[in-house]
Amino acid sequence: MIDFPLLSLVTFLPTVGAAFILLIRGEEAVVARNARWVAMWTTTMTFCASLAIWFWFNPSTAEFQFVEKKAWIGGGIDYHMGVDGISLLFVLLTTLLTPLCVLASWEAISTRVKEYMIAFLIMETMMIGVFCALDVVVFYLFFEGGLIPMFLIIGGWGGERRIYATFKFFLYTLLGSVLMLLAVLAMYLKAGTTDIPTLMNTGFDVSWQRWLWLAFFAAFAVKIPMWPVHTWLPDAHVEAPTAGSVILAGVLLKIGGYGFLRFSIPMLPEATEFFTPLVYALSVVAIVYTSLVALMQEDMKKLIAYSSVAHMGFVTIGIFTFTTQGIEGGIMVMLSHGLVSAALFLIVGVVYDRMHTREIARYGGLVHRMPVYAAVFMVVALANVGLPGTSGFVGEFLVLVGIFRVDTWVAFLATTGIVLSVAYTLWLYRRVIYGKLEKAELKEISDLDWREIAVFAPLIVLVLFFGVYPQPLLDVMHVSVANLIESHDMAMNGGGGVARLGR
Amino acid sequence: MLHVALVFAPLLGAVFAGLFGRVLGDGASRLIACGFMTVSALISIVVFHQVAIEHETVVIELMTWMDSEAFEVAWTLRFDELTAVMTLVVSVVSCLIHWYSIGYMAHDPHVPRFFAYLSLFTFAMLMLVTADNFVQMFFGWEGVGLCSYLLIGFWFDRPSANAAAIKAFVVNRVGDFGFALGIMAIFLVFESVDFATVFAAAPEVAGSSMVFLGREFDTLTVITLLLFVGAMGKSAQLGLHTWLPDAMEGPTPVSALIHAATMVTAGVFMVARCSPLFEYAPDTLMVITVVGASTAFFAATVGLVQNDIKRVIAYSTCSQLGYMFFAIGVSAYSAAIFHLMTHAFFKALLFLGAGSVIHAMADEQDMRRMGGIYTLMPLTYAIMWIGSLALAGIPFFAGFYSKDIILEAAYADGTGFGDYAFGLGIVAAFLTAFYSWRLLFMTFHGRVRAEPSVMARVHDAPKIMMIPLVLLSLGALFAGFVAYGAMVGEGSGFWGGSLFVLPENDTVAAAHHVPFWVKASPTVLAVAGIGVAWWFYIARPGIPPAIATMHRPIYVFLSRKWYFDELYDLAFVRPAKRIGHALWRGGDGRVIDGFGPDGVSAAVVRLAHRAARLQTGYVYHYAFAMLVGVVGFVSWFFYAIGG
Repeated sequence: MIDFPLLSLVTFLPTVGAAFILLIRGEEAVVARNARWVAMWTTTMTFCASLAIWFWFNPSTAEFQFVEKKAWIGGGIDYHMGVDGISLLFVLLTTLLTPLCVLASWEAISTRVKEYMIAFLIMETMMIGVFCALDVVVFYLFFEGGLIPMFLIIGGWGGERRIYATFKFFLYTLLGSVLMLLAVLAMYLKAGTTDIPTLMNTGFDVSWQRWLWLAFFAAFAVKIPMWPVHTWLPDAHVEAPTAGSVILAGVLLKIGGYGFLRFSIPMLPEATEFFTPLVYALSVVAIVYTSLVALMQEDMKKLIAYSSVAHMGFVTIGIFTFTTQGIEGGIMVMLSHGLVSAALFLIVGVVYDRMHTREIARYGGLVHRMPVYAAVFMVVALANVGLPGTSGFVGEFLVLVGIFRVDTWVAFLATTGIVLSVAYTLWLYRRVIYGKLEKAELKEISDLDWREIAVFAPLIVLVLFFGVYPQPLLDVMHVSVANLIESHDMAMNGGGGVARLGR
Repeated sequence: MLHVALVFAPLLGAVFAGLFGRVLGDGASRLIACGFMTVSALISIVVFHQVAIEHETVVIELMTWMDSEAFEVAWTLRFDELTAVMTLVVSVVSCLIHWYSIGYMAHDPHVPRFFAYLSLFTFAMLMLVTADNFVQMFFGWEGVGLCSYLLIGFWFDRPSANAAAIKAFVVNRVGDFGFALGIMAIFLVFESVDFATVFAAAPEVAGSSMVFLGREFDTLTVITLLLFVGAMGKSAQLGLHTWLPDAMEGPTPVSALIHAATMVTAGVFMVARCSPLFEYAPDTLMVITVVGASTAFFAATVGLVQNDIKRVIAYSTCSQLGYMFFAIGVSAYSAAIFHLMTHAFFKALLFLGAGSVIHAMADEQDMRRMGGIYTLMPLTYAIMWIGSLALAGIPFFAGFYSKDIILEAAYADGTGFGDYAFGLGIVAAFLTAFYSWRLLFMTFHGRVRAEPSVMARVHDAPKIMMIPLVLLSLGALFAGFVAYGAMVGEGSGFWGGSLFVLPENDTVAAAHHVPFWVKASPTVLAVAGIGVAWWFYIARPGIPPAIATMHRPIYVFLSRKWYFDELYDLAFVRPAKRIGHALWRGGDGRVIDGFGPDGVSAAVVRLAHRAARLQTGYVYHYAFAMLVGVVGFVSWFFYAIGG
């Protein structure tokens, strides 16, 4: 299997699909229908192919697998792809969510369907590429390349203030990644290569590390996003079409967390250690601050966007504990949030398609007309508050267990998040779903149809399954995470894996 | 297999009723739910015999849950003596309430949903009591909290029910916040979350200290206090009790099952389960004693002036939970669990009896609009008497045995904290008897205050509701007498290793040797309470209003429930909303966006206008061009230097 370029296949299959869609000509309705079906088939095939990666993946080694290396630009810059136990899971998350997005956009997108589907497929290529890249330049190309289709999706199919939102989104992210580009250049200058596995073992000077770290941090902190560079997210979500929000919250945010795991921690261990208090501080502020802000939102999507920022606060805390529980928990929170936030935005999308408003006050009493919808929403809401038995709990709890070993104050403040998340989530649920159905325009609203149930069913099943039995995911990441921690401890202590407890 | 079925049968019932309720129809889905529940109850009797009588501890590991290096958690069912008592109480009471609900909820449009929630609750509660590690207990703990939320808000059209449901969940989460931190601390200290490992290591850890929030504390004191915060939330102890009275918005069978017999006692169970930790944390035990005794007293005083029949019983529950906690505080764990068991029977009985009254009075809950109905519903009347006699601790009824042993243990403790608990405990015993008979007299006696149209239809409930009541009243009559010797008798080895008491703390043994006046005083005061209630509400009905007007501030203070809700609203709810709003508009809007993207773009606009007066267009285009320029410059720079 190793000889077959499976990763390139998975990465570029969507682009092939996009090329096919480009060729479709004819009447508008026919084009739209064909574009949908091609997109659906392509993304489903991509998902199946990514399952093959999982199937042949060997979880007992931290080495990169399915490696492909081709000379490319030269001078140490190669086309280098490969996955380990961390990136594989994000690839799977991406390939799972994209077909669901296509399905969710089936009727919601009725104009320029062809262009929309092309943008989505290109987007998928870029996202998978980001997670598979083992060369910084390749990574950077995919990282930046992903901005363009998302920019087009929000700008082309978004809401009223989409121009403001897209530019805010674009500028924020670009500003961060320009700094990252500087760092990449500096690294190349120092190490003479952009090969990620090589850079991991390079060992930069401590004085350099801090600048490099800050430059990477700028890119990833915007992407994930951390407080105070989070304000692009609510605007982007509000204006994005449903599927755009799903991809944005489900996958794009995770690139920030993945970046910390792939670059900051292994390549810049001393600087990471030095800036850890900063990360904790910003994360704790994010959890408390954005949870309180979420409490007061009047727009459903904004509320969920702020809730995402709070959840990402758990991720950054967990990753920077350098404990097994913390990092595995951080990854679990990302994966779970990928499913849960996707489901939440889809839930908003369902009523938005019917009523064309996201304002919470315009709803109320939906349970009377939409019992299935109410039940789906309840399960997802509970996953969002991290109820045990849902995937949300596993990640959050592991993070908290990890951080408690390192710093009890951070653990204490982060745990307040579990109280606040209940307040804003259930308050949202109560205002939308419960109560009497009194608003005239809601009287005829219809419950989920089969297509919508097909979108939600896999998400619900996975959220519950991984809540009860997260081992399939944890088993994949164990060795890679252990390796990450080990090399970090090696770098910090020159080989003595001293437990860092009770600070 | 039997043990697994005991726990999972209710889940099956919930799944069937919940997912297929619409297809199956009301009749089939409630029969399925009740059927599974009955199976579970019957098995629990068998298991009780095997585990508690034959002393055969059973541990069944089902599968791994989480495994992250040293943090290993498995789904495991553990049956020891303590669990056996709890499973028996939970599944038998739940079973009876399931059957009762068939009658009570007969005319509700959402029958399958109700039974699905009720069965799901029972499953979560059984997972809680059979847990073998702290994380699984937390699963059950949050699960019962969820079902409580769903059932309080069952009638989702009512704004008050929705508000009460959210309040219950949030206040419980405040407690869970402590519980979760406690589990984290346990893992930090013990490197495990399994009961067996943690409890075995407790004596070695005792006396060591750990750093928590930057200061050094005694390890076990920190851990147990955090766990106790969780228990306070779930068991509605003073400070975190505010959700329980509001929870009466739920259907009455729910109040009986969740908010009287089972879920609210989970905190008591948890602390008893962790007795090997608490025993080595004397400071925590003192805190528990004070909180428990204060709750017992506080809730009883508020119960005096409530007019909603369910709220009186709710405050009574809160007060009785206080008894259980101060029993634990003086290390009388067995007495606490004994009272938990008897209380489950007689309090469920009282709630279901009240439910029958409410049912008969056309959903009226205000006792001021009841009265004079004892001849119309004699069986219910008799049942309420039995429940009240048991609650008040009149000799030979269930509560007499369990409440007396608690008070005696508190006295036998001999410390100032024990005396505090004993003192407040016997005052609360007097108040308990008084408000119970106030309830009885206001509801059943005196002048008829309901509409004639309502009175015409007042009658005893149908058989499907009465049979569970009769069975429960057997429990309220005999549970104390039957179990006294085994559970708290001298030298009884009933509990095996499931409860741990340090030899010097064994107040239950000492309780058998207290002076006669200590043994007699609760009974005397209870009888006195009944007498005063009779005097106030039968003989001289003019007295209570007169007292209320004479001591208006006290009356208002009590009827406003010591102003806890108002205080919390002022201290937490409003500030949270205000701060949230300020952070959103001010922090995100004015500061971050104002100085960030919006400010920059505005500045660029000004600059562009002033300096160049170039063609108007989107300001972002300029910013975009600038960034492209930066990229180009950087690339050139790199090329020039590197190349």
